Amino acid sequence: MQYKDYYAVMGVDKNATQDEIKRAYRRLARKYHPDVSKEPDAEKRFKEVGEAYEVLKDPEKRAAYDQLGANWKAGQDFHPPPDWDAGFEFSGGGFTDADAAGYSDFFESLFGRGFDSAFRSARSGAGGFHAEGQDHHAKVLIDLEDAFTGAVRGISLQTPQLDERGHVVTRTRTLKVRIPKGVRQGQQIRLVGQGSPGIGQGASGDLYLEVEFKPHPLFRVDGRDLYVDLPVTPWEAALGAKVKLPTPAGVIDLSIPTGSSGGRKLRLKGRGIPAATPGDLYAILQIALPPADSEKANALYRKMEQELAFNPRAGLGV
Amino acid sequence: MRSESEGISGLLLDERCSLTLGELSRACRVHAEWVIELVEQGIIEPSGGGARQWRFSGTCLGRVMQVQRLQRDLGVNLAGAALALDLLEEVRTLRRRLSVFEQE
Repeated sequence: MQYKDYYAVMGVDKNATQDEIKRAYRRLARKYHPDVSKEPDAEKRFKEVGEAYEVLKDPEKRAAYDQLGANWKAGQDFHPPPDWDAGFEFSGGGFTDADAAGYSDFFESLFGRGFDSAFRSARSGAGGFHAEGQDHHAKVLIDLEDAFTGAVRGISLQTPQLDERGHVVTRTRTLKVRIPKGVRQGQQIRLVGQGSPGIGQGASGDLYLEVEFKPHPLFRVDGRDLYVDLPVTPWEAALGAKVKLPTPAGVIDLSIPTGSSGGRKLRLKGRGIPAATPGDLYAILQIALPPADSEKANALYRKMEQELAFNPRAGLGV
Repeated sequence: MRSESEGISGLLLDERCSLTLGELSRACRVHAEWVIELVEQGIIEPSGGGARQWRFSGTCLGRVMQVQRLQRDLGVNLAGAALALDLLEEVRTLRRRLSVFEQE
């Protein structure tokens, strides 16, 4: 088990006042709240901060923690000294916070007894203690093509459970989940009863899966709409042409209108993500210039220079 | 083993999914009164006339749970949570737009 430096987690001094700790917590909670933060490890950081605050906000727990001594370094292998908490009394018998299951082993070995015994009495049934299981939230990563066809994805979940001796252990379980056709980035799928098991006769929690698309090499996604860059030659853009265009559902023929300019968006209605009202696919024209890397190409460019009176900077007034 | 290969199906929480006040409250484990308060604050908008006829979309469920988390974790009040939700929604839309035009 690794020692946790709660002061470092909170970014405060070892002799910070309770008010300073509260202020630091509020700032960090806003910064790392998973609903608000865009930091990739927000959820992990948010839990760490929550755990640190759980200890430091409570003068009794903080004093007990401080008593472990200042010589410990974060990450160092740690075993609590025997009777380390003798002489301290924790009001409320530990913690009852719903998120407590997410706290570290380090925390649990110091303060976690109330939690453990609540589980244990529930298991023996003596206390007649019942509680509903927690809801779980997880992300499932899919390919854009999956939204066109539907798919089955296996996901691994970490669930806290009780072992034979009544200790809380984390078990990994795998679920195969149907991803429905037409799903969009950020949508959630609710799986009733697939969250944490309840305690006693409490019902299991639910599982919420947030769908996220893997970045696609060709298509960019905005809700139901898709965007793809389509390179065309200057003559295809100027004269019009029929070109091939890849879509997630297969290659199609697309007409480039005469007199198109670079950056023009061609809308293909209903070729986006399928739904009752399907999304659209936008092809953005990108004019690709043939390189002037041969005698012939050079001659052609020179001929255009001489024979086409064209000033692309007319709009700039120069 | 047909069902094994097909996987389990959940409920896609989109705008077509339709929940009653009771279903929404049970899913979020809150009192119906609290959900009604969110409707009054304009945080979620059901379709249908009176509370008995209300139908909530899957998006509403996501918003209710987000308000719960914001209240519990950050101690914001309902008006603050409503403001945060609206701003977060706008940020999400802008980020999405930006990713469409940003090249790798």
